[in-house]
Amino acid sequence: MSQRENRIDRLFADRTRKRFIPFLTVGDPSLEATFQLAHGLVEAGADLLELGVPYSDPLADGPTIQRASQRALANGVTIKDALELVERLRQSGMETPLVLFTYINPVLQYGIDRLFADLAAKGADGIVIPDLPVEENAPAVKAATAHGLHVISLVAPTSEERVRTIGEQATGFLYCVSSLGVTGARASLSEDLADFLQRVRSSTKAPTAVGFGISTPEQVKAVAPHTDGIIVGSAIVMEIERQRELLADPDRVEEGVERIKTFVHQLTSALQ
Amino acid sequence: MTTTETQAKQVPDQYGRFGAFGGKYVPETLMNALAELEAAFADAQADPAFRKELGDLLREYAGRPTPLTYADKLTEHLGGARIYLKREDLNHTGAHKLNNALGQGLLAKRMGKTSIIAETGAGQHGVASATVAAKLGLSCKVFMGTEDIKRQALNVFRMKMLGAEVIPAESGSRTLKDATNEAIRYWVSHVDQTFYVIGSVVGPHPYPYMVREFQKIIGEETRAQIREMLGRLPDEVIACVGGGSNAIGMFYPFIQDDAVSLRGVEAAGHGIQTDKHAATLSLGRPGVIHGAMTYLLQDEYGQVQEAHSISAGLDYPGVGPEHSYLKDTGRVHYTSVTDDEALQAVELLCRTEGIIPALESAHAVAEAIKRAPHMSSDQVLVICLSGRGDKDVETIQHALETRAAGGEAQ
Repeated sequence: MSQRENRIDRLFADRTRKRFIPFLTVGDPSLEATFQLAHGLVEAGADLLELGVPYSDPLADGPTIQRASQRALANGVTIKDALELVERLRQSGMETPLVLFTYINPVLQYGIDRLFADLAAKGADGIVIPDLPVEENAPAVKAATAHGLHVISLVAPTSEERVRTIGEQATGFLYCVSSLGVTGARASLSEDLADFLQRVRSSTKAPTAVGFGISTPEQVKAVAPHTDGIIVGSAIVMEIERQRELLADPDRVEEGVERIKTFVHQLTSALQ
Repeated sequence: MTTTETQAKQVPDQYGRFGAFGGKYVPETLMNALAELEAAFADAQADPAFRKELGDLLREYAGRPTPLTYADKLTEHLGGARIYLKREDLNHTGAHKLNNALGQGLLAKRMGKTSIIAETGAGQHGVASATVAAKLGLSCKVFMGTEDIKRQALNVFRMKMLGAEVIPAESGSRTLKDATNEAIRYWVSHVDQTFYVIGSVVGPHPYPYMVREFQKIIGEETRAQIREMLGRLPDEVIACVGGGSNAIGMFYPFIQDDAVSLRGVEAAGHGIQTDKHAATLSLGRPGVIHGAMTYLLQDEYGQVQEAHSISAGLDYPGVGPEHSYLKDTGRVHYTSVTDDEALQAVELLCRTEGIIPALESAHAVAEAIKRAPHMSSDQVLVICLSGRGDKDVETIQHALETRAAGGEAQ
């Protein structure tokens, strides 16, 4: 893996196209559903998938992803299952870049070096750790680099002069937090967002992707000119919550996936 | 320079590390707020006007210094070491929590913030924060787990009387851990206007350090008082540990005194051999909770486990990072006592000394009950009586009635 080009780098080599990055909580409502949804999202136009490892204390997440985490944890889903899901997606032929989204504690308990070795072996391309600021990320970055993976940094509207430091270190893509607060759909996005994104882009060579709060095609359209990628999490997770009975039913999971695809297609069509 | 000041330069370091523990594991959105807080706190500490204002409030409003009481009847009953009680229960609002809330409240004002938020378990920090908000003219929201709202109804009412808004935390185990999660989530969303008053020596840097600095007055007073009374230092100092702010405040000024043995007492709940306890330092492994690396009750995958204690203030799966450091260096010895032992300590202290301790503080008393008889009568043992037990009367009554009926304490 460390010999081949990272799929995230390959994706963003062409910056003329805007990229769509959906988020799924692994194991919500079941591991099988997440596998099917991952394929469905790619068919609906996803360019990179963020796979959320459920956590007991997701500090950066709003109620929607908290509930998804609780459902997945109730199913007994662990970081091992997330790694196996990555492997299974690769074995099924998926070439879309995959990043894990996980809080730092499960990473530490798994072991930093062991996790990056396994991520690389299973075919993941990077990791997002929302509670690991640049001051604390050196051990993870070292292990990631050794395996040809990216630790995706986050930058926030409150980062101010930190934008430069974070921007200089960013690899893969730079995750721009659209507004203050936790994850979750918002009715409106900040008017200062364009200014913030301009500052970020002038301080980094890495591609940017904007997340937190983007939930409608109109918002996708409004933000797209200012970034290389758009991340949508809670809006999709909420749609999955609505369809969870279908998705959890082995006989009707395909019908559920179709509904999610239809929803996501509205977002991806707004992008180009 | 005193030995205490030398120590302050050692831990935490500039990254907020106490050895391998501490740090700042928080969302990027909060990083600048933490840097601003660190700078504002350093600036305030160096400002004689700030120190005077805080000192005046502690003396004239909180009622400090709190007394050091010789527990003659308890000493006689146990027949060993002479026992002294540091009476934080006599601090305004009934616990040590006000020392820190006043400090952070003044700092919030100095930083131009108009609203504060706080998390609370037993409700003592919530009451202290609500009190400070009223006194300093700030608005106040207190996050509290719905489980704790149930078992600490009196404190919920007190907070409301004081003008605070109590916001129920419904997530997870609905106790202190979850109230803290909700407070952090709210802070991330309102970081521009809001000052987060953390109630213990937990959270990301600079909180564990700052809260220690505001609580070390407990140990400083105790040190001066026991010297004045006996012309010597104690042989042993005991304090309960949830997050661990009363314990750090009590221990810190004695850290350099190698002859003074320091014991931190965690909640063993139904017993450390069961899965219902809050003995983080005894049974946890290093991990990250609420922005700090520290001992943590967790499963093999790093999912945080629910803690249990009859005392809402000790019902926390993490612990302040400095305690983790002091455990690993061996300077402080950590142990635990069960719900039942704490209840027995409440009864004994009530009857021998006429003092109803908080259930949290009763854990320290219970440890002293075990220790004192094995010590000689020329030895001196100090207990940090961190709070009074009025808030717990209903819980205690329920537990004693259940026990009398032959059942298991809740």
